[in-house]
Amino acid sequence: MNGYFRTENLAVGYDGNVLIRDICLTLEKGSVLTLIGPNGAGKSTILKTITQHLAALHGTVSVAGQDLASQSPRQLARQMAVMLTDRIRPELTTCAEVVAMGRYPYTNLFGRLTPQDTAAVETALRQVHALELAQQDFSTLSDGQRQRILLARAICQEPDVLVLDEPTAYLDIRHKVELLDILRSMARDKGTTVVMSLHEIDLAAKASDCLLCVRGETVMAFGPPEDVLQSHAVEQLYDMEKGAYNLLFGSVELSRPQGAPQVFVVAGNGCGIPHFRALQRRQVPFAAGILFENDTDCQVARALSEHVICAPAFSSMTSAQFEAAAAAVVRCSAVLDAGAPVGELNRLNGQLLSFAREKGIPVYTRYPESEAVHG
Amino acid sequence: MKDKIRAVPADAQPTIQVRNPVRFITVMLLLAGLLLLGLLLNVSIGSVAIPVGSVFRMFWDGVRYALAGLFDSSAAERLQALVRTSTESQILFSIRLPRLLLASVLGGALAVSGLLLQVFFRNPIAGPFVLGISSGAKMVVSFTLIFLTRYIRNVSSLALVAAAFIGSLLITSIVLLCSQRVRSMSMLLVIGIMVGDICGAVTDFCITFADENDIVNLTNWSMGTFSGASWDHVKTAVCLCLLGLLAACLLSKPMNAYALGEGYAKSMGINIKVFRLMLILLSSLLSACVTALAGPISFVGIAVPHITRTLLKTSRPSYAIPAAFLCGAVFCVFCDLIARTVFSPTELKISTVTAVFGAPVVIIMMIRRRQSQEI
Repeated sequence: MNGYFRTENLAVGYDGNVLIRDICLTLEKGSVLTLIGPNGAGKSTILKTITQHLAALHGTVSVAGQDLASQSPRQLARQMAVMLTDRIRPELTTCAEVVAMGRYPYTNLFGRLTPQDTAAVETALRQVHALELAQQDFSTLSDGQRQRILLARAICQEPDVLVLDEPTAYLDIRHKVELLDILRSMARDKGTTVVMSLHEIDLAAKASDCLLCVRGETVMAFGPPEDVLQSHAVEQLYDMEKGAYNLLFGSVELSRPQGAPQVFVVAGNGCGIPHFRALQRRQVPFAAGILFENDTDCQVARALSEHVICAPAFSSMTSAQFEAAAAAVVRCSAVLDAGAPVGELNRLNGQLLSFAREKGIPVYTRYPESEAVHG
Repeated sequence: MKDKIRAVPADAQPTIQVRNPVRFITVMLLLAGLLLLGLLLNVSIGSVAIPVGSVFRMFWDGVRYALAGLFDSSAAERLQALVRTSTESQILFSIRLPRLLLASVLGGALAVSGLLLQVFFRNPIAGPFVLGISSGAKMVVSFTLIFLTRYIRNVSSLALVAAAFIGSLLITSIVLLCSQRVRSMSMLLVIGIMVGDICGAVTDFCITFADENDIVNLTNWSMGTFSGASWDHVKTAVCLCLLGLLAACLLSKPMNAYALGEGYAKSMGINIKVFRLMLILLSSLLSACVTALAGPISFVGIAVPHITRTLLKTSRPSYAIPAAFLCGAVFCVFCDLIARTVFSPTELKISTVTAVFGAPVVIIMMIRRRQSQEI
């Protein structure tokens, strides 16, 4: 029996209908767990069951060895705070008052705020960089500001476990990063255990200690991001038939053009990526080569084309690879020179361009002839 | 509860202020002053004008004898004598004083009842009159007055309140059942108005086919008026309404948190079911008192809480409840003064006056809300 936050054989669902069963999680104190998965997979249902908004259909959720279902509402409120997706619009309420509601489980019958409570409000506001909003009416805020105030409210509740349902929704990229930074620092400095759901897999992989892939009757995978996100895990999780998710970059490529290659792109050193994407936008099938396997061009080209001629990293290209590339070139109606520098190891790429010209295949380049170095 | 690493030291001195009581105190003093002015005007103005000086003298004697009467039976006789000595004192003690006390207490009760319903539905346009609750109370009270008086000579004011309470709860349950089906507030209001109309129709039906003798008391009452107030009514009203006010104040802490929505409220440790039940019972009790003792009164339940919140510039229930009570008292005392004196000797029904002053407030509020929602 170890682990600070545990769920044992948890089954969740509505009205007695089990949506997801056998959820077994174990988290250390001060770690961050992120639930990822497609819309409607049940991320919110799991979170609501953890926060006891929904009764567990089977199994338990426990924090520090104590079953949450057996705790009084006040005890639970001191242990766990939430940030929900509910759109709230309290009227004539300042941000400081909204944040102060987080002190609810600590104040007396009349909700009187002691100086200590007010200081906690101030600290929470400062932590989300929103102290200047304290006296502003909550209903006048932008979405990003609202999320920060609601996070401050949750912080103010001084929880051991913080549960957030899609906290980055409605936020722009800067505020997403800020919010995740705040959550990480809470986990690191105060030992707050964070459980949340995110749509951004790249951010989830970077911000979390553990990922939980939610899809289907049971959860698909649980563990550290590097273990969970293996080669095609994301495509499987989200049922992506078109397009590709690059784990290394955390970026998405749109659907691959279908058909026989019409254009051959001579690329390398990242110069090819804009060309690959431009061809994808026009849905022109293309081949690319010769690319070293450690080249960023190789990552994107493989996502967008089935016809990529690759060479192992750190060794010279071989004549066999040249033959394969040349065979692909003659089948294409045009060659695109991405303008990659040609050096000792990729000498054959230069020869490939000369070969195309000899065969009378037009070679296009964005760069003046003099700047492109041909070997 | 185990000790936690607190972010805030116990002796922290916050630099921000979450709540500012200065405005609240100012508003309360202003309203108290207005109420005093209203009471004075009300006792002295009328078909028989009583100079303020003699009002004070008689009132002082009355209070003195009434207090002495608690210990000494001869003082009670002197009180009776005082009341009977002159027409002025008879008007003061038997007509005007109970009437204005009833108007102020019931006005306050109606405002608080409306405020509770607004918290419940999280919408400032809810109120006992628009949701049909007053009409439901009126219906059951009419039944009681028509059919019960055949068997019982004098129906006590407490029995009337009980009847009105049953009617209020009946209609509230119907409206609540409907509210689970329809999510939009405007639909709920339409349902409330319809249900109210049905109750009105049933009431009219009963009155039409009832004996002339049975409805003598009814016609006056069913229009809504503070005339015919007796000390018995005042006693019942003061006891029940002050009890209701106190209970509402005790609920102000969860009411504040409830404004953020059920999800957040539950996460802060509120038992939602019990809390919602308490709100409905309290609001029904308060509006039942009003309907039983003065008949249905329109617009006070919506307009007064709104005026109060605008004055206070906050919707925090622990400030808004006592202020709404005072404000409702002021509103009704002045409205009753107008109803009584402007077209004297003809007396207007109280709803005529409250509608003239209350309805524009509601219209302005709805227009403003529409604007702020569009921004």
